[in-house]
Amino acid sequence: MTAGARAPVIEARGLSLTFETNDGPVHALSDVDLVVEKGDFVSFIGPSGCGKTTFLRVAADLEQPTSGSIRVNGMSPAEARQKRAYGYVFQAAGLFPWRTIEANIRLPLEIMGYSRAEQRERVRRVMALVELEGFEGKHPWQLSGGMQQRASIARALAFDADILLMDEPFGALDEIVRDKLNEQLLALWRRTEKTIGFVTHSIPEAVFLSTRIVVMSPRPGRVTDVIESTLSPDDRPLHIRESRDFLEIAARVRDGLRAGLGDEI
Amino acid sequence: MILQRLLSGNTLPVLTVVGFIIALWYLMAVVLNAPWAYDQAGRQGVTLGFDDLVAATWSQDRPRLPAPHQVTAEFWKTTVEVAPTSRRSLVHHAWITLSATLLGFAMGTALGILLAVAIVHNRAMDASVMPWVIASQTIPILAIAPMIIVVLASLGLTGLLPKAVISMYLSFFPVAVGMVKGLRSPDRMLLDQMHTWNASRTQTFARLRWPAALPFLFASLKVAVAASLVGAIIGELPTGAVAGLGARMLSGSYYGQTVQIWSALVMASILAASLVALVGLAERVTGRLMGARP
Repeated sequence: MTAGARAPVIEARGLSLTFETNDGPVHALSDVDLVVEKGDFVSFIGPSGCGKTTFLRVAADLEQPTSGSIRVNGMSPAEARQKRAYGYVFQAAGLFPWRTIEANIRLPLEIMGYSRAEQRERVRRVMALVELEGFEGKHPWQLSGGMQQRASIARALAFDADILLMDEPFGALDEIVRDKLNEQLLALWRRTEKTIGFVTHSIPEAVFLSTRIVVMSPRPGRVTDVIESTLSPDDRPLHIRESRDFLEIAARVRDGLRAGLGDEI
Repeated sequence: MILQRLLSGNTLPVLTVVGFIIALWYLMAVVLNAPWAYDQAGRQGVTLGFDDLVAATWSQDRPRLPAPHQVTAEFWKTTVEVAPTSRRSLVHHAWITLSATLLGFAMGTALGILLAVAIVHNRAMDASVMPWVIASQTIPILAIAPMIIVVLASLGLTGLLPKAVISMYLSFFPVAVGMVKGLRSPDRMLLDQMHTWNASRTQTFARLRWPAALPFLFASLKVAVAASLVGAIIGELPTGAVAGLGARMLSGSYYGQTVQIWSALVMASILAASLVALVGLAERVTGRLMGARP
């Protein structure tokens, strides 16, 4: 990514969210300060319950913070959602089983009122982007898990959101498919210049993809470390994962995760 | 080839069960009609051998349980041998019942869907209407049917509509219950997905809730269509046995015409089976159009 005028895309200040449950309050997010800049590829990593998904959901206006502030493109999350500022990719592909792949990708465009011709053109373009040409007329059950997830990403890219929020999109896929999709995602990010927020469990995945890695820890969910990647964003072949720089960053992430857990393990 | 296909499908098991039922039916006809046969024989001072007993129990005019061939003969006589326009034709009566069934089914389906949509989209409706919907089904339909007929007649409504209303009363319930469940069936993630696209309630309904509810709708419709037929038949009982399958059954019981009652019963079950099969066919066609896994 070229470092131009870097505007904050997501800006959280003192963000906290407490869920009231039958077993007492759960502090999903506690006093989180974080800035995601334009063109960043930011990974959120941490054990279950550290609030990484919750942070993404707050940014997407799917959860309401208890205190603190968050701005998305300078707006409240609700305004950003209404302006369709972001595309959200969930853990499961979440394709509608009664729609063909093409119709699934078209769905947000229909909802947003694009013209028929525009819908056709955009669907064709994003299907090419995720290499799904030829599967337009198939139904989701006819596709493999990896292809379904690619369709889901295409759907989030179909409209002009410059932010892509991804909640463990490859968590359910096997390692080989995952590697391939990671490479494709990087290429896609470079080509489209989007800002990506990416939640993951996997240290190699986070280090391989990100320009910045946000390490989080649970009870209460908080940010323990933010690591700037020293890897060049433009040149990351898969075998970079055996390089020294890569391993050093991975080690720092692991240390951060361990420190965050304290004596819990 | 054909024989092989018959043997490999459902045909053989179904035929076996049907054969078993018919055998049991003949047996029960002997048992139930024997007292009358012995009584008759006693008056005439003859003793009945086993063969005579069987022959006598299977050929009475007003048996307690008519034998299958008697019902078949009556069924044949009243469907094929008389013109369908005749008042003596079972086809004529079946059509009257069927038209009330279909109208009631359509009204019940519409009412059930409307209620479900309101319940799913409105918290107050959810809390206030559902208990009444359930309570409505605890009232015996036989008790309320004559009142519906009388009330509607005093409003000048007679004939088809009052019967259809009773039919609707029975059929809206499974549709309402099934559709509430169906409209609530999309999982949280898909609803969140629609939310991130800033979809309106109408868009979420048309593009997510409604298609997701269709499998539930068809399951409900199968129950509802059978209930509609029962409703229409019950609706014909208090009308003074004018016309329809219900009327045939009632007049049959007035005059001890058990064979007539049973052939009306057979006609009613043929109707019910065909209606359920039609709903099943519509379900399969819809499933195919929606790309369901075959």
